[in-house]
Amino acid sequence: MENWRGGCVRVIIVKDLHKKFEDNHVLRGVDYHVHQGEKIVIVGPSGSGKSTFLRCLNLLETPSSGEIWFDGQLITDPKVDIDKVRTHMGMVFQNFNLFNNLSIMDNIILAPTKLKLMGKEEAKEKALTLLARVGLKEKADAFPSQLSGGQKQRIAIVRSLAMNPRVMLFDEPTSALDPEMVGEVLDVMKELAESGMTMVVVTHEMGFAREVGTKVLFMDEGIIMEENTPKEFFNNPQCQRLQDFLSKVL
Amino acid sequence: MQAWFEKVGKMFEMAFISGDRWKLYLDGLGVTLQIAFFAAILGMVIGTVVALMKLSTRKNGKKTVWSYLAGAYIDIIRGTPSVLQLLIMWFIILKSCKNGILVAVLSFGINSGAYVAEIVRAGILAVDKGQTEAGRSLGLSKAKTMIYIVIPQAVKNVLPPIGNEFIVLLKETAIAGYVSLTDLTRAANQISSRTYEAFMPLIGAAVIYFVIIKILTILLGKLERRLRKSDNR
Repeated sequence: MENWRGGCVRVIIVKDLHKKFEDNHVLRGVDYHVHQGEKIVIVGPSGSGKSTFLRCLNLLETPSSGEIWFDGQLITDPKVDIDKVRTHMGMVFQNFNLFNNLSIMDNIILAPTKLKLMGKEEAKEKALTLLARVGLKEKADAFPSQLSGGQKQRIAIVRSLAMNPRVMLFDEPTSALDPEMVGEVLDVMKELAESGMTMVVVTHEMGFAREVGTKVLFMDEGIIMEENTPKEFFNNPQCQRLQDFLSKVL
Repeated sequence: MQAWFEKVGKMFEMAFISGDRWKLYLDGLGVTLQIAFFAAILGMVIGTVVALMKLSTRKNGKKTVWSYLAGAYIDIIRGTPSVLQLLIMWFIILKSCKNGILVAVLSFGINSGAYVAEIVRAGILAVDKGQTEAGRSLGLSKAKTMIYIVIPQAVKNVLPPIGNEFIVLLKETAIAGYVSLTDLTRAANQISSRTYEAFMPLIGAAVIYFVIIKILTILLGKLERRLRKSDNR
């Protein structure tokens, strides 16, 4: 029950977020709050702006206008030390993006040690604990090129967790995987959700959205078109676009 | 047949043995290697710095002043003949400097830097953007991401073209004679004008260049294979 203690603390607040790439208006005014412990799952057709929205949350994309607050701090303010903010927000990418030049262990401990958040021994110990949690302890000395996609993505999750983030962002974490490897990654994510982590997940895995999400959002044309609990979202979709979308993907 | 051998032997003796002429080639080779070695180091340093300058962006993604400066430097150097650059350095910019080798090292180094800059820039750009994004998303700064993640991977990309650049540079030093340095090419040329016999000295110098570059190629190949090996672990 400890997970719900801070249940109504707003970790992320997004106000009227816009993002333009030259003439392409990708986000057209997104407003949203993420509360602590929530698992927000974002679905929508490709080109709907869902990945851009996620990448704006840790400013990998710079918003054109609007505000993003994280932990009570306005992070869209140019004076904010964004590197510091990012240490509290883990991100997992579609293409894993493990550092190819480093062993798995070094991938995991690079950021904590170089940012002087942990000593080397402490970081290694933590890395081994996390690796054991995802069942990959024996891969500590391997290199990314020796791992399967599913293993890489589990390592990528561990790498983010090693920073003790407050929030985890997932950008289509299973889209680049062979079908038989999707399950192992989703299992890790489910376990993470159960541990109380605040998560924002962009995905096409409707089963995951239904099972793990506390809220499901439907994005299209750069706005959040519909937001609901998973049950209502899938059983009783309101807007026409979502009904069309669900009829295609389910 | 015997007469032919005698003739060749005589030519060889004239070109390399008599008057201890082989020492002249050796001295020339020394000058060539000195210039090439230090110019290569200077070129690497300049090239890396200029590449990073050219890649630098402001917060809004636009180019920096440094980027434009780097672009101008590359344009000017690549847009003018290296002989002319050497002459300008010798007769105008460093007119008061009497150390020819120093002038040549500077001139060739600055010249090579422009080419190395483009090689390094391409090598950095060839590293997947996701690597940078992953580094930044973990809270690493731009500089730390560059140093620990991007540059180590870029080194592998740039090694073959950098090796090529070293080879080009080594041969390019053959124009050092323009600023009254006696490098290998000029030494050979001088000997041929003294003996009125061009074949042996010029072919001899060509063979020396070839052997040096062959050795360099083998060494670079070894280094490249070693770096690649870590890829397939």
